[in-house]
Amino acid sequence: MQLFGIWVAAFFTLGIISFLYRDNPWYKLCESIFVGISAGYWFVTLFFDNILGLFWAGLSRENPNYMLLVGGVLGIMMILRLAPKIGWISRWPLAFVVGATAGFYLINYFSSNVMLQVSSTLMPLFSTRFSQPVFSASAYDTIGNIVIAAGTFTGLVYFFFSREHKGVFGGVAKVGIWTIMITFGASFGYTVMSRMSLLIGRMEFIFKDWLGLIR
Amino acid sequence: MNRDFIIYSVTLAIILILYFLVPKPINFSPTVSSLIIALIGLALLYILFRTIMRQYVGRRVVFLFVGIAVVLPFFMNVKQPIRVSPEVQTVYDWVAQLERGSKILVSFDYDPASAPELQPMAESFFRLCLERDLKIIIMGLWPQGPQQAELALQIALQDPSVVAKNLRRHVDYVNLGFQTGNEFVIQRMGTSFKSMFTRDVSGIPYDSIPLLKDVSNFSNIDYSFNLSAGYPGTVEWVQVAVDRYGLKMGTGNTGVQATGMYPYLRSGQLKGLLGGLSGAAEFEKATNKVGTATFYMLPQSFSHVIVIAFIFIGNVAYFLGEKRKKGKE
Repeated sequence: MQLFGIWVAAFFTLGIISFLYRDNPWYKLCESIFVGISAGYWFVTLFFDNILGLFWAGLSRENPNYMLLVGGVLGIMMILRLAPKIGWISRWPLAFVVGATAGFYLINYFSSNVMLQVSSTLMPLFSTRFSQPVFSASAYDTIGNIVIAAGTFTGLVYFFFSREHKGVFGGVAKVGIWTIMITFGASFGYTVMSRMSLLIGRMEFIFKDWLGLIR
Repeated sequence: MNRDFIIYSVTLAIILILYFLVPKPINFSPTVSSLIIALIGLALLYILFRTIMRQYVGRRVVFLFVGIAVVLPFFMNVKQPIRVSPEVQTVYDWVAQLERGSKILVSFDYDPASAPELQPMAESFFRLCLERDLKIIIMGLWPQGPQQAELALQIALQDPSVVAKNLRRHVDYVNLGFQTGNEFVIQRMGTSFKSMFTRDVSGIPYDSIPLLKDVSNFSNIDYSFNLSAGYPGTVEWVQVAVDRYGLKMGTGNTGVQATGMYPYLRSGQLKGLLGGLSGAAEFEKATNKVGTATFYMLPQSFSHVIVIAFIFIGNVAYFLGEKRKKGKE
């Protein structure tokens, strides 16, 4: 059975890779089966975990949690989108979800991604903390602090469009765009690594598990 | 159509030869490995020369080179030095300084698609924790996460240094499974784990699990490790569990995500970061156990060299084209 599974996986792996040559029926078959299985898997998972595991289990226990009915009703309202005449009802649960999520994120984002990030950017240049003496930081930390302070400032200057990017201002903005490009470059490098890792994983499967050519 | 038929037939023939006729396993000697590297280098130089002569190669040639760069290193006997970065060392140091019996929460927020990058991290992390007699609580915000955790756990449990300890499920480690709700699950866990995980994956009620006897929320967790491939993942854990409930957390991310996590690392919100496959390999180096990630790093480096080479060749083609345009104008 395991051997059969390996052959099936190899069939699909090669089918997907065949797209690199050109679009073909083998690729289309593999893609369609993958999409179908994914949709089916998600449906089954959410049905058993959400509807049975949380909703039904919560209502059928000794002390039922009737608050779950609110979620249940909202869920049914959402499905009404499928009926064109009363589809407008689905806007209500959607509004609830959008509002609740926005409220939840407003605080979290502001705290984690704004306040804490701003405070960690406002660092002394030559020491690791304001409470420590000046020039107490190592050369590595000092250079890091200067790069972060200069990169943040010049990056912000680049996005200041109320003044023409000329002269000293233009020079600072140019440093800003270089900082942003270097950041994108680092991100691209990591992305290449990530994609290559997936290819390496598949190739290892083909050459080790399927063909048995690697020890 | 005929050309397609020939290409598919040749591919099939190569596969059949590899499957039935080639002696297994294949292992290149260092001399052969060096020769292959030299040949690839010469081929790249030839492509560069053709590009300068304005005879450009198609995208399929690039794919072929990337494929060769990924596959051939599997058979080579070449060792690559790996240096442990401070962010990876931080994860190791946090685990190493915990006392025996400390509780670690590990959230598996990825699926098999990201396994080549994250699975080696999971295996090394579990092995380190089990060697040090730390108690592991597993959960997942992605449906297939807990299954990935089981696979990693089985490998860690087979390690000779762990086998001798005769560890038991529900006493030394427990898998609470998957729960839907994304970041709202984390929010609820801040007050009660039990409200989100009434049973573990094998159906044992939360209250009957010895390991969870004194675990009610994040305040009972000594360190947490998140393996993340997207949403929900590390960002949500940082925003809710770390910033709101003070959970100490390290993370292992896919390469795509890693750059976005560095700000959290610098601000102290994250206690350590393993970024992509290189992070996994560095962690294996830190734990002194060579694993899959170290094995993957040679193909990774080769493919990066090929990508850099083709970026260079592409730029040569671009600038030659620009020069030609200007000449015409």
